[in-house]
Amino acid sequence: MSLRLSVSNINKNYNGKSVLRDCSFSFDKNEIYILIGPNGSGKSTFLRICALLEEPDKGQVKFRGGANGSILKNDIALKRRITLLLPKIGVFNTTVFNNVAYGLNVRGMKSREVEDKVYRTLELVGLNDKRDQNAFSLSSGEAQRLGIARAMVIEPEILFLDEPTASLDPHSTTIIEETINKLRKHNRLTIIMVTHNIFQAKRLADHVLFMYDGGVVDHGPNREFFEKPKDERAYRFITGQMVF
Amino acid sequence: MESIIEGFRKAFVLIFSLNPELLSIIFLSLKVSGLALIIATAIGLLVGTHIGFGQFPLKGMIISIMNTFMGLPPVVVGLFVYLILSRSGPLGFMGLLYTPSAMVTAQTILAFPIVASLSLSAIISVDPIIKQSSMTLGATPFQMTITIIKEARYGIMSAVIAAFGRVMAEVGAILIVGGNIAGYTRVMTTTIALETDKGNFELALALGIILLTLSFIINTILHMFQKKGKVNR
Repeated sequence: MSLRLSVSNINKNYNGKSVLRDCSFSFDKNEIYILIGPNGSGKSTFLRICALLEEPDKGQVKFRGGANGSILKNDIALKRRITLLLPKIGVFNTTVFNNVAYGLNVRGMKSREVEDKVYRTLELVGLNDKRDQNAFSLSSGEAQRLGIARAMVIEPEILFLDEPTASLDPHSTTIIEETINKLRKHNRLTIIMVTHNIFQAKRLADHVLFMYDGGVVDHGPNREFFEKPKDERAYRFITGQMVF
Repeated sequence: MESIIEGFRKAFVLIFSLNPELLSIIFLSLKVSGLALIIATAIGLLVGTHIGFGQFPLKGMIISIMNTFMGLPPVVVGLFVYLILSRSGPLGFMGLLYTPSAMVTAQTILAFPIVASLSLSAIISVDPIIKQSSMTLGATPFQMTITIIKEARYGIMSAVIAAFGRVMAEVGAILIVGGNIAGYTRVMTTTIALETDKGNFELALALGIILLTLSFIINTILHMFQKKGKVNR
């Protein structure tokens, strides 16, 4: 049974400053969720907590995915069913191939199988011709594609993306978005993504969450959210009237 | 000036004729320093990694002490090891004084802080994002540690080579604990000191040339690693 994520009453403070306040949401499986909101609204922190990279101060992150939909234990087995692509790709100082193979190698997969999967994934993101190069020689757009390839190859059930196209040129952004769309077509997975780009959210999202001041204040299916936002702040944000 | 030129001429003759005495001294030097380096690397890397990853009180002070120990005066280390291994010392019963083992011990103590401190600094300087990426890709804490060590590999190799350079050129400690016994504990640096005292410059110069060549090779390799580490970043 595929994973289903729900968070309830998440609170997080950094140095006494509240970043998330009673955040709750339930994500359906096999959908693309896009988190939007002004800077400092808590989107990335929310994503990192959902992806089990950080612990909340209060509240619960639950993954259901047992045979009868039971809640899974927060352990390495669960962590290996999800992955998070950080805004800055932590490229390992080795070849492109080894970077992509990393997630499979730590899972103890046989080298033949690793090779097959890595070649297929590199083909999908258009990096097959660079597989033997050191990953540090890649451009920022290519590095971002490498990050997507590393995440894709392990076939997560939930893929978290934190601003995957920030600081990329339009061409690289298109390639990343096409890759996300391919993922949507070919894999059964849930994507939860943070972006600052409202147009990107419109292009990709099945469901949009608007965050403001540490909470999810509005959400809805793509068209419904952008045509008739329920919250005044969400309306001002998507119409460009919100002053940061 | 003539005696210096003559000394160099004789030194080159000794080197190119593969003089057995010269070879045995070189071999013993490499054996003692190599063994000391292996032990110091094993312990130093373990300590450096542990401190690098750990969060505990007085961590900053321990790092400062280790950095201070990088500049340990060899004669002080020699004296310390001598007192421990001498007949009246706590380990005197082992009968290690004036043996290659005593020299290995002294050189290990000199090399250890260099390996530990420079490895620690290499590990700390690995971008924290590597740790997070490793975690998000499903690595266990042990696999993550190995990944970070791999990322720090050029810095760690530099640490090992720097330590090797130090122990190869060291004279004070091994002279005290080894005793400079011909054919047994006489290494390149102690031979140079002794032969210079005796006015026998040919052997001293020959060993000096070899030591300089070794030092040049070591520094070239060190430079290559540092350059490779920088290029790849």
